[in-house]
Amino acid sequence: MKKLLMIAGGALGIYIVIVMLIAVLPAIDLSMTPAGPDVKPLTALQAEGRDVFVANGCSYCHTQQVRPLPEDKVFGRPSAPGDFAYQTPELLGSERTGPDLTNVGATKPSDVWQYIHLFDPRAVVPESIMPNFRFLFRVVDQLPPGETAVPIPAPFAPATGKVIPTQQAKALVAYLLSLKQTPIPGYTMNGGMGGVTTAAPAATTATASSASVPAGAYRFDAARGASLYAANCSACHQASGEGIPGAFPPLKGNAAVNDADPSLHIHTVLQGAHGVTIGGVKYTSVMPPFAGQLSDAQIADIINHERSSWGNQARPVMPAKVAAARAKSP
Amino acid sequence: MHAGNAAHHATTGTEHDRALTSVFAAYTATATIWLVFATAVGLLLAFKFGAPDFWAAKYLTFGRLRPIHTNATFYGWASIGLVGVAYYIAARSCGTRLYSTRLAWIGLALFNIAAIAGTVALDLGYNDGDLEYREWPWPIRLIFLAALLVTAWNLIGTALRRSTEDIYLSNWYTIAGVLWTCVIAIVGVLPWYQHGLGQVAISGFYMHNAVGMWFTPLALGAFYYAIPKILSRPIYSYALGVFAFWTNLLFYPLLGGHHFLFSPLPWWLQTTAIVFSVAMLVPVWGGSANYLLTMRGRYRDMIHSYPLMFIFVAVIGYLFGSTQGTVEAFRSMQAIWHFTNFTVGHSHLTMYGFVTFALWGAIYALLPLATGKTAGRFGLAAHFWMALVGSFIYVISLSIGGTVQGLDWVHGHPFIQSVVDMQPYYVWRGVGGMLMFLSHLVFGWNVWRMTSGQPGNAASPVLGPSAIGEVTA
Repeated sequence: MKKLLMIAGGALGIYIVIVMLIAVLPAIDLSMTPAGPDVKPLTALQAEGRDVFVANGCSYCHTQQVRPLPEDKVFGRPSAPGDFAYQTPELLGSERTGPDLTNVGATKPSDVWQYIHLFDPRAVVPESIMPNFRFLFRVVDQLPPGETAVPIPAPFAPATGKVIPTQQAKALVAYLLSLKQTPIPGYTMNGGMGGVTTAAPAATTATASSASVPAGAYRFDAARGASLYAANCSACHQASGEGIPGAFPPLKGNAAVNDADPSLHIHTVLQGAHGVTIGGVKYTSVMPPFAGQLSDAQIADIINHERSSWGNQARPVMPAKVAAARAKSP
Repeated sequence: MHAGNAAHHATTGTEHDRALTSVFAAYTATATIWLVFATAVGLLLAFKFGAPDFWAAKYLTFGRLRPIHTNATFYGWASIGLVGVAYYIAARSCGTRLYSTRLAWIGLALFNIAAIAGTVALDLGYNDGDLEYREWPWPIRLIFLAALLVTAWNLIGTALRRSTEDIYLSNWYTIAGVLWTCVIAIVGVLPWYQHGLGQVAISGFYMHNAVGMWFTPLALGAFYYAIPKILSRPIYSYALGVFAFWTNLLFYPLLGGHHFLFSPLPWWLQTTAIVFSVAMLVPVWGGSANYLLTMRGRYRDMIHSYPLMFIFVAVIGYLFGSTQGTVEAFRSMQAIWHFTNFTVGHSHLTMYGFVTFALWGAIYALLPLATGKTAGRFGLAAHFWMALVGSFIYVISLSIGGTVQGLDWVHGHPFIQSVVDMQPYYVWRGVGGMLMFLSHLVFGWNVWRMTSGQPGNAASPVLGPSAIGEVTA
């Protein structure tokens, strides 16, 4: 009896002490972390969408935490403790089979894109291995009043009928679009492992590159342009530059892209667009602004990739021109 | 006199023997069903990486089946199987009968009810927040906790009625393991201090303690009984085993935070986790050395003993898997491997290469002693080699693939590049997984032969003392 008490009781007692110190007390403390500036609780619809997200195990492939590492910069600023004040259950995740979703509401703000992507991920990202979530949609012959059909590209659309999202899909997309980082002025937290993340990393790189290249001899980095385009633009405009009919405009043969005056092109990439008419077609989708995430040199690389691909033949744009456009806009 | 000599074998009457045998056999049989089910789901999941539109309907979608695979492996296969082995070891090494056969049956029913209800709930979309290994809705996790409490009660009761003076080391590990896991289950289920980041701190604690304070001690307890039993010689150093027990207790619970390196968790919590990940080398290397030294001079016997081969692989899996875990915990390594498939490779090296092989070794070594029936040598060989080769392919392909994935991100390629680059490794993972799954079907056949088959398929797993290199009396 005494021996057993010493072994089992001792092992249990020590364990309880350690668990209190390493888990329970820190958790009590961390649960009281105040919300960051502008971090708000989810609305009823968004919370319903979060439940759809959890029920279908989205966070087994998608994280919601941005680390203070250079490779995570594409997903936003490093996550701060205050970002998670209203995130219960926590959905930080442990695997990135697919990309991080911390800021997906800002980088993919178009609900149309989200619907097409959920219905068939390969309709917008050909290499994707995400399962389709067609069970979140209905195919109807007649649009019910108040519903809008999702413009699924022809090879992926059902043979007959129109695709409309169910309530679950609407809630899920509302949740995804709510995933936006809030700015924290002067926030770095990088401990020497990353760099400044909230301010646009623009001015220095732009002046450096434009100063080192003599006027008239500017050549853009084609490989970098293609890579940046693939990372930031092709989900909507597609690698072919043809866009998705009725959803996202083509860049191939696009008037603004081929215009000798690049002002509109630069302005659109910097500031985004919403509800524009291109080639006689009105597009309701939202295009996000890239001014906050990409440097002038990077934006110039993307623009020049677009101006020289798919048969487009327009003069390249210098990073200084992007810097000037950025300076002019508020 | 060495009270720890596992060869101690008091007969306590045939009726009690029969009761113990049917408890052990029933735990093993239901665990085996869970293994086959969980890995069938795992194989389907592996296939989906190459064919994402295959069976993408609501109840077969990846995100619902994935936690079914992990939870069925954890709580169906490994938990039920290890508890069955723990009961047998408790009764035999204490030279007594089980405290209560009835409680053992109740525990088995509760474990299975929890696992079935959990599986159904997850498939219906009742997932408690995608929090790894505690996805089951909380009422179902309370059923699992009840099963643990019943098991703890029964194991302690058995140790109390022992006929030996000392409590053999195996029982330290199994009894403490069950008690610790009761604490883990309670900490995991209580809701009121788990909001936002607070819940993250518990997630880090929970997922790693569920491994290191549950499966590890029960598997190590099985080692301490099965290895001396097969070789008919005492453990190399009882004191080293005791030392590894207490150091495992002091170091392991503190390392869970390494799942959240670079997260917004406090830096001190992350650094503590790294420090104790390194400290874990002490019990891991000490324990592994103890097992390997017990086998010293007897490696030639391994070709005659598949149970010993399974245990040898498990010891190596423990040594390599845990050491790999330490290396992974460094910030510089995490910067590359975190979030990649390298982690999936690591979890299979440990849960499969260590825990599952240990459980197989213990079942093949001990179940024939209980039932008097053995599996045939062909069945043992087919199981062993398919499982070994399959897990090698699985772990190596995901380790290489995960590294490629991590480097793609470090080099700043568009994210989709890492998805494309993983494709060949996903295929190889599926090949390895297929071999592993086939080996489990053979295991099922072997279990059937050890429980319901004929005696005399193969020799007893006990090798008897060997003349070669034998120094102890």
